[in-house]
Amino acid sequence: MKDVVFYGAGFPYAPVKELPGRLIVLEGTDGVGRSTQTQLLMEWIQEEGFGVLDTALARSKLTQAGLDNAKSGNTLGSLTMSLFYATDFADRLENQIIPALKAGFHLLSDRYFYSIIARNVVRGADPTWARKVYGFALKPDIVFYLKADVQSILARVVDRGFDYWESGMDIRCADNLYDSFCIYQSRLIEQYDKMAEEFGFITIDATRSAEEVFQDIRGHVHKLIYED
Amino acid sequence: MLKPNVYKGKLIIVEGIDGSGKSTQIDLLYRWLRSLGKSVYFSEWNSSALVKSTTRLGKKKHILTPTTFSLIHATDFADRWENHILPLLKAGVIVLADRYAFTAFGRDVARGVDPQWVRNLYSFALQPDIAFYFRVPMDVSVDRILSSRAKIKYYESGKDLGLSDDKVVSFRLFQQSICDEYENMIDEFNLTVIDGTLPIHLQQQEVRDIAQEILQGMPTVHAGEGGKL
Repeated sequence: MKDVVFYGAGFPYAPVKELPGRLIVLEGTDGVGRSTQTQLLMEWIQEEGFGVLDTALARSKLTQAGLDNAKSGNTLGSLTMSLFYATDFADRLENQIIPALKAGFHLLSDRYFYSIIARNVVRGADPTWARKVYGFALKPDIVFYLKADVQSILARVVDRGFDYWESGMDIRCADNLYDSFCIYQSRLIEQYDKMAEEFGFITIDATRSAEEVFQDIRGHVHKLIYED
Repeated sequence: MLKPNVYKGKLIIVEGIDGSGKSTQIDLLYRWLRSLGKSVYFSEWNSSALVKSTTRLGKKKHILTPTTFSLIHATDFADRWENHILPLLKAGVIVLADRYAFTAFGRDVARGVDPQWVRNLYSFALQPDIAFYFRVPMDVSVDRILSSRAKIKYYESGKDLGLSDDKVVSFRLFQQSICDEYENMIDEFNLTVIDGTLPIHLQQQEVRDIAQEILQGMPTVHAGEGGKL
């Protein structure tokens, strides 16, 4: 059984001794195919006969309604947004992720706190501050960084049209959605690239077909869940 | 260590455990400053319109952990900071706050979160020009609360920590550990200690004398009501 490692102090009032399940994270910006890969991986792990659960940002019962409401107004500042997302993340970590891993389920997390940090920093947050906020976060067993350039993700998002938040329109990188999207997304990608080394992401070329990407990911996960 | 306030406005905050009398004192200070014709803004802990419904949900359903309790209050503070406190300090207003980051440092650490972690959360906040700490023995404040209020709330009493099945016993234990944290913060954050067992008007006299010192050069923006004590 491997050690349980946190990025900082973890939860001093509720020490976690062992976690038999594996925490698998898929990271990357919008339109890189994270949800497709999460779905494929989910099905495959179940076919292999393991229990598996998934989670994604902003799905906490505590914060979902409040955060949606805050995002629909026009007073949500960047610090407030950072901490609101941190609350969501902590709630899911303590109430979904850790209990699932304790019970022996593997857990797929569609994004982790790295995405939140990227968004925070692009909005002007101090990078060290943003990282230290997540001192309670559990270190995943593996983090895949689905990497693609802005032109490739554009091809995928245009089908559903430009989203206000995905285009960074709250910080108005440009006066129209298309240009703002390109600027905002390239700033995010810059942050992911920086974090890839810092946090030891496994970088996956996400400009290829879903099948090819999945082959790669499955290879790593196979090793992870069958190693002792 | 918090960064110093470099703006035109002044930041005066009050701290202390429940029942220490801090809200009474800041209310009297507010009235006095208004009567002098100063531009004053008052901000209360846990009052952000944006965050309130989430905090209420968490408290009502008892689903907050020490970490999420800490984070949701930091979110509330951040919203008030970004939308009110900081812009008003820049505009030269005297901002009064009933509870500040030190409440989180006391209460959340008493709940068991890492002291350095919670200090980082609030590191965007500025060191107040005056941070009053109303010191009262725990028994005095608890008696004030018990005699004036029908019910102590779940999180207020620290019931979530499982210190005791008895709410009042739990409340006492929890308040005592918050007191201990405040004592440790006096030097760390340069808190100005006021003896909260003194008569209200004597405390207020001291508060006004100290506040007077930083009011030099603060403009009078409206007629005021005479400046009576």
